[in-house]
Amino acid sequence: MIAFSRNDNSVMSRWWWTVDRWMLGLVVVLVMTGLWLTLTASPAVAERLGLDALHFVKRQTMFLGLALVTVFGVSMMSTSLVRRVCVLGMPVMLLLMVATLLIGPEIKGATRWLQIGSFTLQPSEFLKPFFVVTTAWILSSQFGGEDIPSKRIATVLYGLVAGLLVLQPDFGQTVLISAVWISQMAIAGLPIMWVALAGVSGLFGVGLAYALLPHVASRIDRFINPESGDTYQADKALEAFQSGGLLGRGPGEGVVKLHLPDAHTDYIFAVVGEEFGAIACILLLLLFAGIVVRGLAHLLDEEDPFRMLAAAGLIMQFGLQTLINVGVNLVILPSKGMTLPFISYGGSSMLALAIGVGMILALTKRNRFIRPGLDPIGWKAAE
Amino acid sequence: MNAAAFAMDPTRSGYVPSKRRGDEQPVRSQLDMARGRLFAVMILFLLGFMVMIGRTVELGMRENARPRSFAGQIEVPPVKVGRADIRDRNGEIMATNLRTSSLFADATQIRDASAASHDLVKILPQLSLADVESKLASGKKFVWLHRKLTPRQKWQVNALGNPAFRFEEEEERVYPHGRLASHIMGYVDVDGRGLGGVEHFFEDRLSDPDRHKDALKLSIDMRVQYALADELETARRVHSAIGAAGLVFDVTTGEVVALVSLPDYDPNDIRGVSADQLFNRVTQGVYELGSTFKTFTFASALDQGIVSLDDGYDATKPLVVGRFRIRDDHPKSRYLTVPEIFAFSSNIGTAQMALDVGTDGQRDFLEKLGMLRPSTVELTEVGAPMYPAPQQWKKISTMTISYGHGIAVSPLQLAVGTAAIVNGGRLIPATLVADSDGYQNATRVISEKTSHTMNMLLRMVVKKGTAGRADAVGYRVGGKTGTAEKPANGRYNRKALISSFMGVFPMDDPRYVVFALLDEPKGTKETYGFASGGWTAAPVVRNVVLRTAPLLGVAPEGEDEGLYQQVAMKINDKKGH
Repeated sequence: MIAFSRNDNSVMSRWWWTVDRWMLGLVVVLVMTGLWLTLTASPAVAERLGLDALHFVKRQTMFLGLALVTVFGVSMMSTSLVRRVCVLGMPVMLLLMVATLLIGPEIKGATRWLQIGSFTLQPSEFLKPFFVVTTAWILSSQFGGEDIPSKRIATVLYGLVAGLLVLQPDFGQTVLISAVWISQMAIAGLPIMWVALAGVSGLFGVGLAYALLPHVASRIDRFINPESGDTYQADKALEAFQSGGLLGRGPGEGVVKLHLPDAHTDYIFAVVGEEFGAIACILLLLLFAGIVVRGLAHLLDEEDPFRMLAAAGLIMQFGLQTLINVGVNLVILPSKGMTLPFISYGGSSMLALAIGVGMILALTKRNRFIRPGLDPIGWKAAE
Repeated sequence: MNAAAFAMDPTRSGYVPSKRRGDEQPVRSQLDMARGRLFAVMILFLLGFMVMIGRTVELGMRENARPRSFAGQIEVPPVKVGRADIRDRNGEIMATNLRTSSLFADATQIRDASAASHDLVKILPQLSLADVESKLASGKKFVWLHRKLTPRQKWQVNALGNPAFRFEEEEERVYPHGRLASHIMGYVDVDGRGLGGVEHFFEDRLSDPDRHKDALKLSIDMRVQYALADELETARRVHSAIGAAGLVFDVTTGEVVALVSLPDYDPNDIRGVSADQLFNRVTQGVYELGSTFKTFTFASALDQGIVSLDDGYDATKPLVVGRFRIRDDHPKSRYLTVPEIFAFSSNIGTAQMALDVGTDGQRDFLEKLGMLRPSTVELTEVGAPMYPAPQQWKKISTMTISYGHGIAVSPLQLAVGTAAIVNGGRLIPATLVADSDGYQNATRVISEKTSHTMNMLLRMVVKKGTAGRADAVGYRVGGKTGTAEKPANGRYNRKALISSFMGVFPMDDPRYVVFALLDEPKGTKETYGFASGGWTAAPVVRNVVLRTAPLLGVAPEGEDEGLYQQVAMKINDKKGH
């Protein structure tokens, strides 16, 4: 790919010279790591479910391949195309979510999935990036002082999405969407007072969920007071980290993982802890932190408010999802159904993340040789 | 460099504010604030990741707090400290331990419980397939599969190559003599806890970690034990008896030298053993032992001077007391001297003698002899004697008890009492432990003179009376036969007998009591159909004496006939007198 000449003005060439290559590299490393970790974590689960040992590995390889293609494909889109796709995709996903509520099967007490052939589609996963970008579009419209009640419109949209998520009910996704949305609002200039108020009402919302939704209540109860209920997953996760120690038991040598529910999905981080040890976990965390910090830092000198808000929202969504998943694995957060991006097994969430990451790359494309505020001619002259 | 091309690219508007925004100033300030907040978000994320890293390190380091096993190694329960050996008086090993391997599984490492259990059941067919499979599927880190495998089974399990199957070294209790001393040894459970015999009685001492190298030395002599068991087993078979019991007892130390109860069991494998096999007929069983009890009646009467060897009683016809008739098994139908009453085992004479001793005198004497309390021997399987309560111990009880009916004691109690009669008059409690100093606590029950007289009478029983078949040439055996009818449904069954012989040798200086008992023996052609003690049990004692006297240090000698002259002349054993 390095072979692209700078004189080559083709789509591919322009993509290569403008895309954030650091970000791209980190994402590719992450996808490869995910493939490798699924190889160690999923056979035990597959055998427990009576499937071929490599069942999940084969499917995950397919998903990851698809994800990489998606990342590359989406990253080629222009900013305006991203905006159009999201703004148009948003109502489609909202409709699908309503459809989910109406016709989706209830699994483990929640209706989140739509059955399409052999795949189960979780519309809320795809809704997330579209919602983030749409919110960014709405919020960016008031940059420049135009008299548009963008924050109110964004709030109405948020209320709609959050309401649908609560109805499913999907507590984790609601928290994630809410946190990303309020951060976007804050970046867009919402007074700190309002941000603080939103934080308080967020806590109030959690309290309300605790009071009204039994499964949320039981999860929080279990987290706060382990004796009050079944803490099997959390216990096993802790046991896995302790079994692994600093250096791990070795690939495939995990013992606790055999009894860890959702070892290949929500609890894959604990499996990494057992088999590769705390040091490998830290390296993985650094990889995630690198993607988040690199992405956000890259936006600090962004001049376009829409691109800044959209990319920041997508990166925050990615980073928060990571932190929540890892926090649950490390038993510092109550159990939630949230996957570890590109590492956990799962088609729907991974494809949605691939779209998100692809859009991050698409929105952060820039000519690294042109500094903001510098006259290009002057820059040229200086050469 | 074609930078201009990039600058003109409408999608590359990074440094060019949107054209539709006229006023640049608010955009600039809003963007500056956005940058500040974005920076804050970045810091928050960095903090979040640092918290996660910190927690990961904490959990990863926590392993050091407790020792962690590495792959291929697992925590094994501590190997049990060995149980002390049990040896006989000569140092022969009666119970020891072998190292064996017990199989357990780390079920967390089982991948295919069904296949693994099929493999295992092929090697250990005694295991149930369903049971093994459920254990292997349990997901537990430690499940016992089978205890104490043979080396071949262990090799076969290892050959399966399944890392989930592991072994724990254990010690297995082994009784090299098998069933030979079963009722003395008792047995242990799979975890090595004593459940019977001395294994149970000395549980604390045998399992004491500080004394596990210090063998428990019993008073038993396995050579004598073997001879006694062999003779009893033969007699039991010949006479088709349902059970047999025997005892060799050192009258000077109170040591039990041999103790046999049949049927017995193999303490190495107690699976499927019946309660009858476990029952110790010597210490646990209490029987109406019949005429062997006359020894005590005579000893008390002679010791208290109530009768002398010169006296006698009328035994011409059965004695009628109320609705009871007391008759003799070997009726002479004449006046009998005291030695004759003993030698011919006359119930009629003995009952009259007991009446002269009196009820209180009889009870006090039996109490003194230890007949009314359980033996203190070092076994848990000790039966309590049965006898009438004081208010029911009436005249008729006194008469029947005088010849061993209406009172039930264990053979061991009888042997201890007989030993006290023949050893000079000291009652020494029975013990199963070698070098016990229990004989120092002996209590006097009769005078030495009476003891001497009793010895002469006992010898006469063999020389001229009912126990001629007990005479082991050269070993001066004395004793008393006993033939009791077993009570059944409230009355005595004439066909079901407890036939016994309480032997003592050598009679001129008594060293050992040898007791033999057959439970429901049948007469044979050789015994002319008789199943009494003199015909069935006395020969056992003779054979045991012949086989064991050389081992016990008793030399055969010619007998000083003058010693028994005084008694012998008072016994007229001519037929048809």
